[in-house]
Amino acid sequence: MDYGFAIDTIWVLVATALVFFMQAEFAMVETGFTRAKNAGNIIMKNLMDFSVGSLVYWFVGFGIMFGSDIGGLIGSIDIMSKGSYEYLGLTVPLSVFLIFQTVFCATAATIVSGAMAERTKFKSYLIYSFFICLIIYPIAGHWIWGGGWLSKLGFHDFAGSTAVHSIGGWAALVGASVLGPRLGKYNKNGTPNAIPGHSLTLGALGVFILWFGWFGFNPGSTLSGMASKDMGHIFMTTNLSAASGALFTMLLTWYKYGKPDVSMTLNGALGGLVAITAGCDTVSFGGAALIGILASFVLLFGIEFVDKKLRIDDPVGAIGVHGLCGAFGTLSVGIFATDGGLLYGGGASLLMIQALGVLAVAAWTLSTTYVLFKAIDLTVGLRVSEDEETSGLDIEEHGIESYADFAPRVLYIK
Amino acid sequence: MSEIYTKIEIITRPSKLEELKDALMDIGVEGMTVSNVLGSGKQKGHTTKYRGADYTALLLPKIKVEVVVCKTPVEKVVETAHAICRTGEIGDGKIFIYRIDNIYRIRTGESGSDAIN
Repeated sequence: MDYGFAIDTIWVLVATALVFFMQAEFAMVETGFTRAKNAGNIIMKNLMDFSVGSLVYWFVGFGIMFGSDIGGLIGSIDIMSKGSYEYLGLTVPLSVFLIFQTVFCATAATIVSGAMAERTKFKSYLIYSFFICLIIYPIAGHWIWGGGWLSKLGFHDFAGSTAVHSIGGWAALVGASVLGPRLGKYNKNGTPNAIPGHSLTLGALGVFILWFGWFGFNPGSTLSGMASKDMGHIFMTTNLSAASGALFTMLLTWYKYGKPDVSMTLNGALGGLVAITAGCDTVSFGGAALIGILASFVLLFGIEFVDKKLRIDDPVGAIGVHGLCGAFGTLSVGIFATDGGLLYGGGASLLMIQALGVLAVAAWTLSTTYVLFKAIDLTVGLRVSEDEETSGLDIEEHGIESYADFAPRVLYIK
Repeated sequence: MSEIYTKIEIITRPSKLEELKDALMDIGVEGMTVSNVLGSGKQKGHTTKYRGADYTALLLPKIKVEVVVCKTPVEKVVETAHAICRTGEIGDGKIFIYRIDNIYRIRTGESGSDAIN
């Protein structure tokens, strides 16, 4: 009896459950960092992008991503993922691999909801979820993980700094910019106003859940419970980068704003996690800690740049956390990889390949999501009316109040 | 005691608060008290479905801004509130005017207009 098969299967399924739990993070961080009047809408978007994404990815997306390669660009379409996929050389059953990939796809999709929070039409968001899981994520994923042209060049993105996070981050950038800022976010002279979220407590819970889930996201991408050394190494690099990301973001905000900023520090932990994802298997512990430190600079100045210079309103910092830290993390593989990195005498070739991958995926995602969001805007409309935005999406889109019991209301029989 | 003190109570949409606050400061109102309140007038709430059952939110969230003025003309405050808060739709709110007998500042014991300027 081959126990390796069983051990691999169990580990990948455990990791899948951990990655699934990251959906709870997105729901909690996004709800906590935005206003109470939109809480139900955010939760609904997170629930629905996972549900829509799961179905669409199984039905078509998986085939496009992992189907037999056509010209390095796209996998062959395989409706309902019925193929054998023997060429992948999996040590786990196909169903295990499929569910593991499904939760990754849904992670990329759900990143966007935070950046577009508090002003997007619900049905428009559903349409977006459908298309990112149907085609945008799977094609870029095919390039990186499915045997496409980037993987043939030697592009290294172990668990998805680019394949998952940057795609989500760039889509968030386009979505938030096509939508425009929330009412009251920018003054007439262009300076931004703070619109504080309604629960830092929920936001913090979300960040801890995400950190926890990342122990499935990165070590699970070994796809093998037998790779015991690698798994331990990846647990360590993942944790070190998150910790140094959080610590240095806190120090930076303390220095810049005079006080250690809570919500930005929470973002900092996430930035460290996103940045280490590409290279968690190939960098040393010291390299991981450094990546986290550098990610905190990318994050803080990136979020400020998006907010103040680009004037794109991103209520939860998704563009900085996932887009910019994801791109930075992917590049950092070319610098810090103990095998082939610039600092380890590997020359600049890996770094150039990493840069090419980052740019190619950014160009793909920015252009396709721009067409997608513009098309949605011109057909069903992307943004809610001013009245609806003012009174809150919970009441207008869903007919509920998320915190209804805080208002005095007596039930009586008429 | 020749001074006249007036309290103006403005109940209006929460979304107007920031604008109203700044406009009142601009015309010389020195301080204000703001509360979250619930109320119903002509608007009579709105009915939606919650898990399929009818659900009426009769009381809608409003803000109540209370200011007390002496030197600033009351009409000016009322004018400003109208200019900012009137959308023409149901739910713009109300303005109530009260006469006040006297005002004290607790920290110093000052009274009258000195207590609010």
